[in-house]
Amino acid sequence: MRRVAVIGAGYTKFGEHWNKSLRQLSTEAGALALEDAKLEGKDIQALYIGNMSSGHFIGQEHVAALAADQSGLTPIPATRVEAACASSALAFRQAVLSIMSGKHDIVIAAGAEKMTDITGASALSTLMGAGDQEWESSIGLTFAGLYALMAQRHMKDYGTTREQMAMVSVNNHKNGSLNPLAQHPFEITVEKVLNSSLIADPLRLLDCSPITDGAAAVVLVSEELAKRFENPIWVLGSGQASDTLALHNRNSMTEMLSTKVAAKIAYGEAKLKPENIDVVEVHDCFSINEIIAIEDLGFCEKGQGGKFVEDNKIARDGERPVNTTGGLKSIGHPVGATGIRQIIDIVKQLRGTYGSLQINGAKTGLALNIGGSGATAAVHILGREY
Amino acid sequence: MPYKSSVPLFWRLKDAKYSLVGTKCITCNQVFFPPADFCPQCRRKGKIEKFQFSGNGEVVSYTVIRVAPEGFEKYVPYVVAIIQLDEGTRISGQIIGDINKVEIEKRVKSVFRRITEDNDQGLIHYGIKFEIVD
Amino acid sequence: MVIGIVGYGAYVPKYRITIDEIAKVWGQDAQALRKGLLVEEKSVPAMDEDTITISVEAARNALLRAGIDPIKIGALYIGSESHPYAVKSSGTIVAQALGLSTNLMVADFEFACKAGTAAMQCCYGLVKAGEIEYGLAIGADTSQGRPGDALEYTAGAGGAAYIIGKDPLAELEGTFSYTTDTTDFWRRDGEKYPSHGARFSGHPGYFTHVLSASKGLMKKLSLKVEDFDYVVLHMPNGKFPTNACKLLGFPLEKLETSLVVKRMGNCYSGSSPVGLSAVLDVAKPGNRILMTSYGSGAGSDSFSFLVTDKILERQNKAPTTENYISKKENIDYGNYVKFRGKLKL
Repeated sequence: MRRVAVIGAGYTKFGEHWNKSLRQLSTEAGALALEDAKLEGKDIQALYIGNMSSGHFIGQEHVAALAADQSGLTPIPATRVEAACASSALAFRQAVLSIMSGKHDIVIAAGAEKMTDITGASALSTLMGAGDQEWESSIGLTFAGLYALMAQRHMKDYGTTREQMAMVSVNNHKNGSLNPLAQHPFEITVEKVLNSSLIADPLRLLDCSPITDGAAAVVLVSEELAKRFENPIWVLGSGQASDTLALHNRNSMTEMLSTKVAAKIAYGEAKLKPENIDVVEVHDCFSINEIIAIEDLGFCEKGQGGKFVEDNKIARDGERPVNTTGGLKSIGHPVGATGIRQIIDIVKQLRGTYGSLQINGAKTGLALNIGGSGATAAVHILGREY
Repeated sequence: MPYKSSVPLFWRLKDAKYSLVGTKCITCNQVFFPPADFCPQCRRKGKIEKFQFSGNGEVVSYTVIRVAPEGFEKYVPYVVAIIQLDEGTRISGQIIGDINKVEIEKRVKSVFRRITEDNDQGLIHYGIKFEIVD
Repeated sequence: MVIGIVGYGAYVPKYRITIDEIAKVWGQDAQALRKGLLVEEKSVPAMDEDTITISVEAARNALLRAGIDPIKIGALYIGSESHPYAVKSSGTIVAQALGLSTNLMVADFEFACKAGTAAMQCCYGLVKAGEIEYGLAIGADTSQGRPGDALEYTAGAGGAAYIIGKDPLAELEGTFSYTTDTTDFWRRDGEKYPSHGARFSGHPGYFTHVLSASKGLMKKLSLKVEDFDYVVLHMPNGKFPTNACKLLGFPLEKLETSLVVKRMGNCYSGSSPVGLSAVLDVAKPGNRILMTSYGSGAGSDSFSFLVTDKILERQNKAPTTENYISKKENIDYGNYVKFRGKLKL
């Protein structure tokens, strides 16, 4: 099967876009990606867009056609992909598969979410659509609650500390302070995290990614076409896996089987091992999830994630730089856009032209996007070379 | 959960929601709650029957919800836990009473309580919660 | 054919608020109130408790004591002033939660504080007529009292369930009712809190009906004061039943066991049923119990129960009334207001 490369990438400012709707945000991201690729709209053969819950957030379904319509891409096939917070990593994967199969040669993959048109309580309820509606949401669980259940167990089983979780947020905010597109581009301290208000014990406000509007898009091309573009970044591995929708149905609450399976596939395809990965994007929707992800991706032993963070190994100048541009915590988490935003940050690092955000010498990168409490995981490995 | 929930949806689930009626695959003896109509292990060889859970179990993990979704705002702070039921399998449920008494591995039993209300005009949803056994 | 109580069970929510805590908010003299009402504190339901949940918990205890297959229950009547739905039977939800048969007679009863005993009479009649094998009667309430009103000091929550049938632990020897049109306490449709006639509730209301029904029953069954070991009277407060007991000529020791109002307040339709369950928890074979309810509006139902040998094997099969009354947690007025939904969110 033929190889696929990313040749254009861009994401909007993440934040509370009171004066922009979903259609404007997705068009803006698409334009950024096309401009970056130096392509015209007429060159695009298909569109995949990740979006979790536009029906609840803005009362609008059928957003793939809307995106094609608003960005003047009709009549190309436009497909929406949904897997909660992993929607756009899956949209990216669909684009990759459509090129690998030979069906298309130039495809745009995007992700977009407009979350701030409804109240906070409504947004929490909408996000719980990613859990088990009949047996989790209906008893009063929230997503912070689900990750708090994991955190509590991780602390009990492995001695992970409250401070170690806070350090995840501190790291990501430190990195995000360099990122002009981040929703919260400022540094925070461990004390600040520990003194922020409780959301779902033991998780506090500053353990949680915010509610965000934003969109992200990439242009992907086939191996033959990639050679005509400057600095193509190659998709070396794409793994996706599923697990039970409800957290309570899993044997372990401190690891995500979906991540482990998806990572195994991606590492296998890329013929790389965890130690070969130069930059990492993980799904820090809540601080504990970064710790669990570091372990499940094989960067340290199970249970050692907290220590790994505490030892500063995830820092930009650490052993394994994680969320080098701010992560979900600082950049923001427009749920349907996050997966492609992560891939864009890897792409930009691998190009070597990321300005003040650049991690020097990064040749390989991995992005982990998670849906729900781990019912979907997608791992993509990208590289400067293959 | 949508603020105005579906009448048929909750009607359909009432055996399980009110009385912890789950299912069991008599081919492999695995029990299911929420009730499953299909044994993922035995697949088409599985034979599913109704199964009554006692409501007794143990706390696997818990959290205190301080910021609630729609329909639960007035109950904060409240405890949600994952419970290991004695007969096997786990479920999510609220634990009533003093939030400071909840700990991992504590024993619980089920009680019948209001879960939420849609609004002043809407349905009142009842179901199982848990109580720490002293 | 011996018919009576086959199984019984009580349930009282665990939260309490003291008279002092309420009086503090309204600048009232707590000591005078405690003395006047003979009530120390009242039960408060948790936010997720109502007449339906109380009924389910009480009925589960009754089923434990009866040891019968719930499928054999042919009627379920719940008496309450606080049915959660104005239209939609509480009984249907309780029956579903208990796993009762679908071949079941169900209706929700309302007659101020005596709807629970009215439910017991109906079950008794149906069993006696041979229409059903067992009937389940429940009196339960999460009582309403307007903030600052005299009722606020006593309006509590709780209930008790009775399974009526053959092979009883207490034979129901007979029942007698006394009913008139006396509007001493009422609540109009759609109103949150009841209104009352203050002191009018006393003599034309409570005393006339409780005394007439109790005397009527004793006359009907040819029983005298000395024939009874325990008396249970409706408990709007501690004072009324105490005075009624004296007026009927019973020594106060015979009332004491049932006087749960002191520590849990008045749980309206559940009041005399919970008083009776407290007596049954300690009764011995051969004991005779007089119970008289009172519902404003007004009416009283009087019953005579003769405890049988079966009491000994069933008393301990479920938590006692005292278990619930003593397992308590006191709350302040702020939490009381929150729990009772008096805060508009």
